[in-house]
Amino acid sequence: MPMNMIVCCKQVLDPEAPPASFKVDPASNQVVPPPGVPPVISPFDEQAVEAALRIKDSQGGKITVLSLGNNLLRDVVKKPLSMGADELVLLEDEAYEGGDSWSTAYALAMAIKKIGEFDLVFCGRQAADWDAGQVGSGIAELLGIPSVTVARKVEVADGKATVERVIADGYQVIEVTLPALITVSNELGEARYATLKGIMAAAKKQPTIWKPADIELDPSQIGAAGRRAKLLKLFQPVREGKCEMVEGDSPAEAGANLAAKLREAKVI
Amino acid sequence: MAEFKGIMVYGEIAEGNLSAITTELLGCGRRLADESKEDLLCILIADQLGETPQKAIAFGADKVYTVENPLLKEYQTESYVVVMEKAVQDISPRVLLMGQTSVGRDLAPRLAFRLGVSAAMDCLELDIDPETKLLQQTRPVYGGNARATFSSDSFPQIATVRQKAMAPLEPDKSRKGEITPLKVDLDPAAIRTKVIETVKEEVAGIKLEDAEAIVTGGRGIGGPEGFKELEELAKVLKAAVGASRPPCDNGWVPDTMQVGLTGKIVTPELYIAVALSGASQHLAGCSGAKNIVAINRDAEANIFKEARFGVVGDWKQVLPAFTAKVKELLAG
Ligand SMILES: Cc1cc2nc3c(=O)[nH]c(=O)nc-3n(C[C@@H](O)[C@H](O)[C@H](O)COP(=O)(O)OP(=O)(O)OC[C@H]3O[C@@H](n4cnc5c(N)ncnc54)[C@H](O)[C@@H]3O)c2cc1C
Ligand SMILES: Cc1cc2nc3c(=O)[nH]c(=O)nc-3n(C[C@H](O)[C@H](O)[C@H](O)COP(=O)(O)OP(=O)(O)OC[C@H]3O[C@@H](n4cnc5c(N)ncnc54)[C@H](O)[C@@H]3O)c2cc1C
Repeated sequence: MPMNMIVCCKQVLDPEAPPASFKVDPASNQVVPPPGVPPVISPFDEQAVEAALRIKDSQGGKITVLSLGNNLLRDVVKKPLSMGADELVLLEDEAYEGGDSWSTAYALAMAIKKIGEFDLVFCGRQAADWDAGQVGSGIAELLGIPSVTVARKVEVADGKATVERVIADGYQVIEVTLPALITVSNELGEARYATLKGIMAAAKKQPTIWKPADIELDPSQIGAAGRRAKLLKLFQPVREGKCEMVEGDSPAEAGANLAAKLREAKVI
Repeated sequence: MAEFKGIMVYGEIAEGNLSAITTELLGCGRRLADESKEDLLCILIADQLGETPQKAIAFGADKVYTVENPLLKEYQTESYVVVMEKAVQDISPRVLLMGQTSVGRDLAPRLAFRLGVSAAMDCLELDIDPETKLLQQTRPVYGGNARATFSSDSFPQIATVRQKAMAPLEPDKSRKGEITPLKVDLDPAAIRTKVIETVKEEVAGIKLEDAEAIVTGGRGIGGPEGFKELEELAKVLKAAVGASRPPCDNGWVPDTMQVGLTGKIVTPELYIAVALSGASQHLAGCSGAKNIVAINRDAEANIFKEARFGVVGDWKQVLPAFTAKVKELLAG
């Protein structure tokens, strides 16, 4: 049976940018974007798109992508379209900025209500910038639907989804009624690449833009105004690290010297 | 409106015993309770609790609330959230602490949204502001590259705590405390999920979480064969073998071997990192190690910023000689 699916995709600073390029501006409590490193769709969200695409491949359906933010880069947020998603809705406005998990989930849940019909909502297990892992469960709670988090496999049949949920020392197989929300982890496997055809199709598609009023958002609940968790301070932990480099005339000798060094330092 | 009072720990039970994170939370909760001159409360939920309530008292709790019900045999979001919602309404704690575990990750946000309050996930530090009595929650963000401190003023203030970030107290069997059963009605029809099967994928040998020494391989190991060489070294050191994410993603080793932000958090005495670059998300899982030793062919690799000792070189050439020498030293 064709499935109506919604995937929430967040634009984030590239989490794999070299750690040395990471800077916080303490005055504004904000991260200074590293020059020359473009933002990306949070990797787990790409895998959430992949999870939806696999279901679409096997039984058909429609995938709508939702991204919330301000000044979102079209090349970035359109990537799920070029992978094969059907529609893109942007919640894009200044008012959405500086929110917390609460205001973010609230806006996304209201947008999903406006979309109306759906069988499955997918999120990433956590956004690769603020790493909270709350928005998915929050959306499910606000919509009153069940959720299964940290999924590595999702299959749908007979009005139910069967989900493999990653746990510390293995996984659980969980059956959930639809509609449901599922958060996806990297164990699902790599997200597919955009095809040339996909990229051309995505270039032609115009995203739908919803301002807060379009989804009947109460201004007191949006972005920074709607926060329930207040950020007091953002800072970089100090690393005192000093590494003693062990050398040798050959790599093998360096290896043997390392062992001797560890013995000397009573580490082994 | 009820007055919110007390620091509450949500306890997890593993194989009939308090799990390690629970004793850590009780240790941290005891300090917060003493600082705010309030009681340390603990809630335990399972089909059968056995001796765990007494143990929670020995580890620092003043009052333990228990919920036993056959429907609570396995963690399921919808049954557990109903129990916790009721418990919070009945008891009105000011702070609720949970572990950043498979359960806490899932339960804390769902409960926070149900109660209309916020949760801070994966905290490393928790402090009570002496003036406002509010909990301040410090957690890593941006994969560990930065930390953020949050607070909130709706109760309970919920925080999940990273495993091994807090120290448990020495258990004291003579400590006195109260145990109170709570009654919660559960409607099986309202639980829309069903656990069909739980599959353990534990690797043989020493568990990563318990190991005193760990040998970890990264993408540069190149394939499953390379991990055999790491196992050689691990055998000599009585160490466990871990991996960064790429070897797991590539199927060279099981996913359960992943160390890092979204893998295992480990705190061994010795952590030997071979052919991995030291991405912040990886370091998030191992920076609590006492001594990090790195072998990497790139002198600029980030892992050297975190390591105490390092060798720049191809691991294929460095490692065999290293392993041989370690063997020799440990034998002699
Ligand atoms: C200037 C600034 C100020 C901030 N101030 C605060 C503050 O005061 N308090 C606070 O708690 N936080 C604050 N934050 C962080 C906050 O905005 C987090 O992003 C928010 O808490 C959501 O958490 P998360 O990003 O970790 O999402 P997670 O809960 O980790 O996200 C899980 C999943 O939800 C979906 N999702 C999340 N966000 C979006 C999105 N924007 N669009 C589409 N899908 C999405 C994705 O599928 C994602 O994988 C601030 C951030 C900035 C930049
Ligand atoms: C939200 C999020 C969560 C994540 N969670 C985790 C996590 O929990 N754990 C985790 O590990 N990663 C995690 N990652 C991925 C992380 O960002 C890095 O991509 C990953 O850790 C890199 O693994 P690596 O160091 O093995 O590979 P690379 O970064 O590719 O490094 C390979 C290293 O091997 C060296 N090398 C190559 N060949 C040799 C040789 N012959 N001899 C010696 N050295 C050699 C290279 O110089 C290089 O430094 C996460 C990412 C995100 C975005």
